[in-house]
Amino acid sequence: MTRTRFALTGTSEQDTKLTTTSSRGEGGTVMRIIVPLQGVVQGRGGLFLGSVIPCALFYFLQLYLKRHRSAPSTPPPPPKDAAASSYQPSSSEGQLPEVSVLSRSFSRIHPSPKSPGGPAYVSSRVNLVLKGGDSPYDIGLRKVSEDPYHEAGNPDGVIQLGLAENKLSLDLVRDWLAENAREAMLGGGRNGEELNIDGIASYQPFDGLMELKVAVAEFMSQVMEKAVSFNPSQIVLTAGATPAIEILSFCLADTGNAFLVPTPYYPCFDRDVKWRTGVEIIPVPCRSGDNFSLSITALDRAFNQAKKRGTKVRGIIISNPSNPVGNLLNRETLYGLLDFAREKNIHIVSNEIFAGSTHGNKEFVSMAEIIDLEDFDRNRVHIVYGLSKDLSLPGFRVGVIYSFNENVLAAAKKLTRFSSISAPSQRLLISMLSDTKFIQQFIDINRGRLRGMYVKFVAGLKQLGIECIKSNGGFYCWADMRGLIRSYSEKGELELWDKLLNVAKVNVTPGSSCHCIEPGWFRFCFTTLTQKDIPVVMERIRKISETCKYPS
Amino acid sequence: MATEIEQPASAHVGLSKVAVSDTHGEDSPYFAGWKAYDENPYDELSNPSGVIQMGLAENQVSFDLLEEYLEKHAEASSWGKGVSGFRENALFQDYHGLQSFRKAMASFMEQIRGGSAKFDPERVVLTAGATAANELLTFILADPGDALLVPTPYYPGLDRDLRWRTGVKIVPIHCHSSNNFQITPQALEAAYNDAEAMNIKVRGVLITNPSNPLGATIQRSTLEEILDFVTRKNIHLVSDEIYSGSVFSSSEFISVAEVLEARQYKDSERVHIVYSLSKDLGLPGFRVGTIYSYNDKVVATARRMSSFTLISSQTQHLLASMLSDKKFTENYIKTNRERLRKRYEMIIEGLRSSGIECLKGNAGLFCWMNLSPLLQNQTREGELALWNPMLHEVKLNISPGSSCHCSEPGWFRVCFANMSEQALQVALKRIHNFMEQIRERDGNLVISSQ
Repeated sequence: MTRTRFALTGTSEQDTKLTTTSSRGEGGTVMRIIVPLQGVVQGRGGLFLGSVIPCALFYFLQLYLKRHRSAPSTPPPPPKDAAASSYQPSSSEGQLPEVSVLSRSFSRIHPSPKSPGGPAYVSSRVNLVLKGGDSPYDIGLRKVSEDPYHEAGNPDGVIQLGLAENKLSLDLVRDWLAENAREAMLGGGRNGEELNIDGIASYQPFDGLMELKVAVAEFMSQVMEKAVSFNPSQIVLTAGATPAIEILSFCLADTGNAFLVPTPYYPCFDRDVKWRTGVEIIPVPCRSGDNFSLSITALDRAFNQAKKRGTKVRGIIISNPSNPVGNLLNRETLYGLLDFAREKNIHIVSNEIFAGSTHGNKEFVSMAEIIDLEDFDRNRVHIVYGLSKDLSLPGFRVGVIYSFNENVLAAAKKLTRFSSISAPSQRLLISMLSDTKFIQQFIDINRGRLRGMYVKFVAGLKQLGIECIKSNGGFYCWADMRGLIRSYSEKGELELWDKLLNVAKVNVTPGSSCHCIEPGWFRFCFTTLTQKDIPVVMERIRKISETCKYPS
Repeated sequence: MATEIEQPASAHVGLSKVAVSDTHGEDSPYFAGWKAYDENPYDELSNPSGVIQMGLAENQVSFDLLEEYLEKHAEASSWGKGVSGFRENALFQDYHGLQSFRKAMASFMEQIRGGSAKFDPERVVLTAGATAANELLTFILADPGDALLVPTPYYPGLDRDLRWRTGVKIVPIHCHSSNNFQITPQALEAAYNDAEAMNIKVRGVLITNPSNPLGATIQRSTLEEILDFVTRKNIHLVSDEIYSGSVFSSSEFISVAEVLEARQYKDSERVHIVYSLSKDLGLPGFRVGTIYSYNDKVVATARRMSSFTLISSQTQHLLASMLSDKKFTENYIKTNRERLRKRYEMIIEGLRSSGIECLKGNAGLFCWMNLSPLLQNQTREGELALWNPMLHEVKLNISPGSSCHCSEPGWFRVCFANMSEQALQVALKRIHNFMEQIRERDGNLVISSQ
């Protein structure tokens, strides 16, 4: 989630070291180098000296450093043995203290069996996980939960535009559940039948009940406007799309391998793909000049660069509709991706979780549709889906891995034991999804509301002079706020983000959290609002934007 | 399934080592028996000669209590009053978990321990089952290549849960029937030294208390010794107390939480407890597990990592009301305990009358049966030579000790709570007949290897 800044600081430290070393160096040697250099600068000695001498300098300095190095000149990566300094164990009644910056303990350098210095070792993942907790993404979410906006009860609270929850059509789902839930979940009680919990209490297949797979396959087909049909036996159900992505990462790549992911991307991919797997993400930058659309050339370049570094790329992860931009991939691009994947013999993971949340005029084309039509090698294609977005039920935790690869399905099935969907929730959803009339109604109404909200929100931003990339699906607007940042840099962007969060009290996601290569872009989620809230949001942003107009 | 398209071998796109490894263990006899059951399951009326499943530790003896509760409390399965209740529920995906549910879990865990230890809801991290909890803790406490020490015999699933995706190893702490398989300080030291000799870093000890497959609680003195050991070595202790509510007599279970409380929680940051509702409450389908840690960093990390294994908010809501109902839980715990004890006595008596002895047990959903006198060869092969006819002729799926890594062959885990009393009687009869056949055939108690 946070950009690694090691590269930058490392270089500057190294630069400092270099200058220090050279200025400390033997006076005579230095003079013998500087004088000819001066000559070069004044035009004597020409190109030859001009290129050879700096190279030679560099070479000799490196040699010098190597011989005299006592401490690393670049900041060491988080040491494997990093552990928090000792702290008081909390009493069982006490509040959990905030875990602040971790300091390093040197217990492993001074082992003493009788009195172990410092706490027991925890894995290197701990640092990775806890450090990420201070990303803008997380800070924003925290601020909202501490002080959430409420029209009547807390009109000065923080407005949530950073979390993709679809509140637009919750009423529809709620009404259905109010009427049907109990029966749907527990089954019995009808016709004087005894209530029987065997069907939900006992161990069920970890990868989901077959009836739910059938219902989900049908739902997926429905939201994609029947352009393609899905086979329930190719479905593995997981407790949300989050483990679906992680499971695929575990199955398709080994520790140290990498996936290519076009940027900007969903911030939590960093967690899902990398945390526990040891797999890397190689960002493939997309640019505003192309409306942030994916180019095969860029993929190819990234692939080759990885190869040169000795990193094995195992696959590409795309999101369609994309998050945060909201692009739909057209057929040509999808074919191009398949060709590329086949040429490099790698996998494609297509995250289609927003497939049913399209609101523009462009058609959505699933990878599954392309596979159906053409004779491509299916073994490399895997689709991720879930009910959190299209059906507004993130709390129920339903994710889908849809694969054409038997071996992947077999492995994924076994891995779902760590992330299974609760049986009573499955029963409930089987009932809901089988109510095709309700589902079709829901899809249509929801789409309409999504479109309405998108249009209004984008128009509101436009009035403030903020343009968005044309989006055709998803819950976000990808807004161009480059005119409002003080410096064209991540720092400038985060300053604006901070103002928006703490002064305007609007939680939005800065482009850097999405690894966007161009600073100044922001992601706004518009589905957490009602129409009434839009003017409130715009007014707050307007106030900030007035104080932020910098000459470009 | 998609039709296979002929592709040249070089076009086969590779999978990861995790995907192709067999660390999932599903090819072992433990799971082979399950397959046999799936293909020919016993049913009193429709298939009375089918395989009786005695290899699955599921608790079905108290379903009626749960059903009764759900009948009476319709609001538990709906969303309480009004819009906001539902809205919060459907959208709720916070890895902190529903506070009301965490409170209910903490209080339920206290009740099970008869109030001898307190649990802070802020230290409860929710996971989709204890399987996920054990794996999550392993990810947090150890790096790939490190090891956890686990006393044998142990639950076969640990081979998969602790090792598969984590890359962590299990080094066994060998226990023997001579002292009823109790963990000794010597065994702990020996296991630690074994690991060191292999150049493997030990990060913790994982015990299951009450033990699976032994069906017995760990004594207080042993818990003290284990705590002293992990403190000396500066490593962690994970206590999987998933069967803590299934102890036949309430006074016999000592949780590590109690021992820590008695020590005023000194040095407790190395201790973590795993719990679940799958056994005590008979709800494995609900996928409810928890990590309770005395270590702030572990709690914070586990909480964030639980994003991969969240419990449905609807389930949390339902169980929050049920577990907060003190009257219900008190009655449930008491009744469940009683029923399990009765079942246990039934099976022990039945086995004894067939000439079979079991380890003295006081908890759990199974008994640890000793058939070593029947083995011709005191080896793993000898044990499997007995297990095979048990499964295919007697049609009972029991778990061979070798799949639990027991150092002595001839022991078997037999579950008794996942079937009706009638089915249990049928099973005991079949065992009785089997033993009779052996006596008749051989004149002495020896099974010849097939």
